Amino acid sequence: MHLLEGNKLTINFGGLTAVSEVDFYVDKGDILGLIGPNGAGKTTLFNLISATLTPKSGTITFKSRNITGVKPYQVCRLGIARTFQTVKIFANMTVLDNVRLAALFGDSKKPSEAEATKAAMDLLEFVGLVGAAGIPARGLTLGNQKRIEVARALASRPELLLLDELMAGLNQTEIAEAMDLVRKIRDRGVTIIMIEHVMKAIMNVCDRIIVLNYGKKIAEGTPQEIANSKIVVEVYLGE
Amino acid sequence: MDLLIKIVIGGLILGGIYSLVSMGLSLQYGVARVLNIAHGEFLMIGAFITFWLQENGVDPLLSILIVGPALFVIGFILYRTVFTSIRLRSPNPGVFESNSLLAAFGFFLIVQNIAVIIWGTIPHSYSYLGGTVSIGGVAFQENRLVAAAFALAVGIIFYIFIARSRTGKAIRAAAQDASTASLMGVNINTTLALCFGFGAAMAGIAGSLISICFPIQTNVMGLGYTVIAIVVVTLGGLGSISGSFIGGLILGIVGSAVSYTKWLGSDLAVASYYVIFILLLLLRPKGLLGK
Amino acid sequence: MDFSKRDWKKAFITAGIPVIILVVLAFFPMYGWQYGITLFNHFLLFVVLSVAWTIFSGTTGYISLATAAFFGIGIYAAALVYPSVGDRYPLFVVVLIGAAASFVLAFIVGAITLRLKGIYFAMFTFGLVLIVRELLYWYEITVEGRRGRIVKFEGNDTIYYYLLAIAAVTILVAYLIKRSKFGLALQSIGENEEAAAHMGVNVTMVKVFTYAVSAFFMGAVGVIMATKWSYVDPGVAFAPMMSFSPVLMAIFGGFGSIYGPVIGAVIFSYIEEILKTGNWSRYYMLIFGTILVVTILFLPSGLVGLIQNVWRRVMGRRRASA
Repeated sequence: MHLLEGNKLTINFGGLTAVSEVDFYVDKGDILGLIGPNGAGKTTLFNLISATLTPKSGTITFKSRNITGVKPYQVCRLGIARTFQTVKIFANMTVLDNVRLAALFGDSKKPSEAEATKAAMDLLEFVGLVGAAGIPARGLTLGNQKRIEVARALASRPELLLLDELMAGLNQTEIAEAMDLVRKIRDRGVTIIMIEHVMKAIMNVCDRIIVLNYGKKIAEGTPQEIANSKIVVEVYLGE
Repeated sequence: MDLLIKIVIGGLILGGIYSLVSMGLSLQYGVARVLNIAHGEFLMIGAFITFWLQENGVDPLLSILIVGPALFVIGFILYRTVFTSIRLRSPNPGVFESNSLLAAFGFFLIVQNIAVIIWGTIPHSYSYLGGTVSIGGVAFQENRLVAAAFALAVGIIFYIFIARSRTGKAIRAAAQDASTASLMGVNINTTLALCFGFGAAMAGIAGSLISICFPIQTNVMGLGYTVIAIVVVTLGGLGSISGSFIGGLILGIVGSAVSYTKWLGSDLAVASYYVIFILLLLLRPKGLLGK
Repeated sequence: MDFSKRDWKKAFITAGIPVIILVVLAFFPMYGWQYGITLFNHFLLFVVLSVAWTIFSGTTGYISLATAAFFGIGIYAAALVYPSVGDRYPLFVVVLIGAAASFVLAFIVGAITLRLKGIYFAMFTFGLVLIVRELLYWYEITVEGRRGRIVKFEGNDTIYYYLLAIAAVTILVAYLIKRSKFGLALQSIGENEEAAAHMGVNVTMVKVFTYAVSAFFMGAVGVIMATKWSYVDPGVAFAPMMSFSPVLMAIFGGFGSIYGPVIGAVIFSYIEEILKTGNWSRYYMLIFGTILVVTILFLPSGLVGLIQNVWRRVMGRRRASA
């Protein structure tokens, strides 16, 4: 049984088909990469999984349960968390509160205030932001704000984490640190799907990769297979 | 049959005014992104300027040529100073919308108070074109038919202007995506201010036309029309000017129909608009032609 | 648990000062200063409305312009259930009835409009006062055949104690919400609603419930004001200005904190008192409107925000020179 499975997912915006009959799956413990040119539908696919959007047709199944059409907060409590392409932290709340919120509301075990605070502090330590706990989130650099997002997503104790362009805008050192972080997250038992444009990261970290173009899935396989795929090379060189 | 003519023509009369008022609000919210709850007060000012002009011998219909530009200038300046300042300080569109809403309500207080000081709170009226015209055997007041015709004409002129002219293109570009439009050479600050000014002008002209047919009152007139405009804009679809035009006509006919229904009466016309509003919000918030 | 000296000091200031103020205010009527009591009644009314408004709109950012509607429902509940002649419930019960009625109306309004973007909510609440008023006029005239109702008049002192109690409860509830995880959720909705939803917050439920809670207090205070005005008809009960004043007061005072709206309410209701009885009464809307626009432009965090900024700068300078 796949942890998460999508079947023939389709969604349109006006006349544009953003995602077209996409099938995909991810197994527990995997790191799945989602790549494709800009506008290919990657974030839209994430939006379908996290219930930000409802598909026109197709189903999404999580742990054998059909979660199509469920509300975003329910998706979170069921065990799927995400970060956002454009960082959506709570700017005027402290770093700690950003994470605490998710621990209090997103965790299906409903921790007490004290437990949530402890869990949040542990997560801040995990991502390396413990020192900034009391600072308003808007005071941090972009790279650190992305770490807040990761800690916040993990605070709801998900089984599946969706990372949307975690490494965009990071320099080489930061990218290496981020790759490390992703591996450590997997080591904690969280399955990951990641959208990325940084090829080095995708190739080194992912077990499997899915390639989208114009809303359709055009290739799927191991990093090796994808690197050698003619179609993928064409699509990327062609742009 | 008589009743049908009463409802339809009566509806078009109401609807013509509603359309004009609502198109103005649609321009202000759809493009300039200000939910101008003072809109009705600009309408009231237009009505009273016409009243004052006609006291001094100016034909009310001609006064539109003064009211329109005057309110355009007021709206333009207001936007270029206050709202542009708010826009530049707002970290995101949501904050701009709330802050401009609050500023608009500040203007609601200011404009209404100025009008009350000048004209007091008693209803004013004057007679103009007091004859009746017969359509299909039913008598209608000449002034109302003329007002409706002018309202529809002005509405159509504005619509063509926005659809065809260069300025209109700039406006539509700014409505779609202000930042991209500015990158392409559209002077955003001026264009948005133009929209706001046009919106105010349309409200003022509608007010002038209303003063021809009905008594006007400084402290109660405005709010009612603002509420109606809000319902029409939602019915037509937020951001669609032609939607507001059509929505205004539809609501006018609904109001007319409700007014003539025995048990309900004209008091409940506005309540019926609100029922439509509730249904829209429950079933189709996008409205008829909304994006 | 470790209570440092600093914690005790903080607890004393947070809880102690309001309690002291409350005790002082409670003994106020004993001095028999009638004008003072009337003035304070005026203050307390607007403190409740402004703080109640801030509980929802100050945190989530959804601007509600329906305060007058919920206030009016409370007034009308008193008109129906606390008449000057005939059977009636005890005043305390009537307050709860009025508050509950407003709670229900707000819940319905919220359920319809808070699923949608903020602008729909603002638009809908804006017209609500007028619509409820028109409906009630129609009902009273057509169905009941009457113009207005008379509510049993209560003395200044009774009104004072009820208003003081309602104000105290409103402020206490606002404080407790703010400090709770519910308050954290409200704040997150105001910061970034989409993110909050994805972090497990049932945003619609939180918004609707909080909105209803804020309306509860508006309705409660409406019942009491009905006993002061005595004559009630839909026009008296549903006045659009009552939607606008609390907003102005909260904005001016600064809606980031609880004492912001309190300060704004006291200052503005006092200005209103002075203006209404003096030569300037014709200009009060103009003055209020101007202050509102100026506040939006130059004082976005309100008076309290301004004071906090100044305080911070003063503190910073002191530390730097130490």
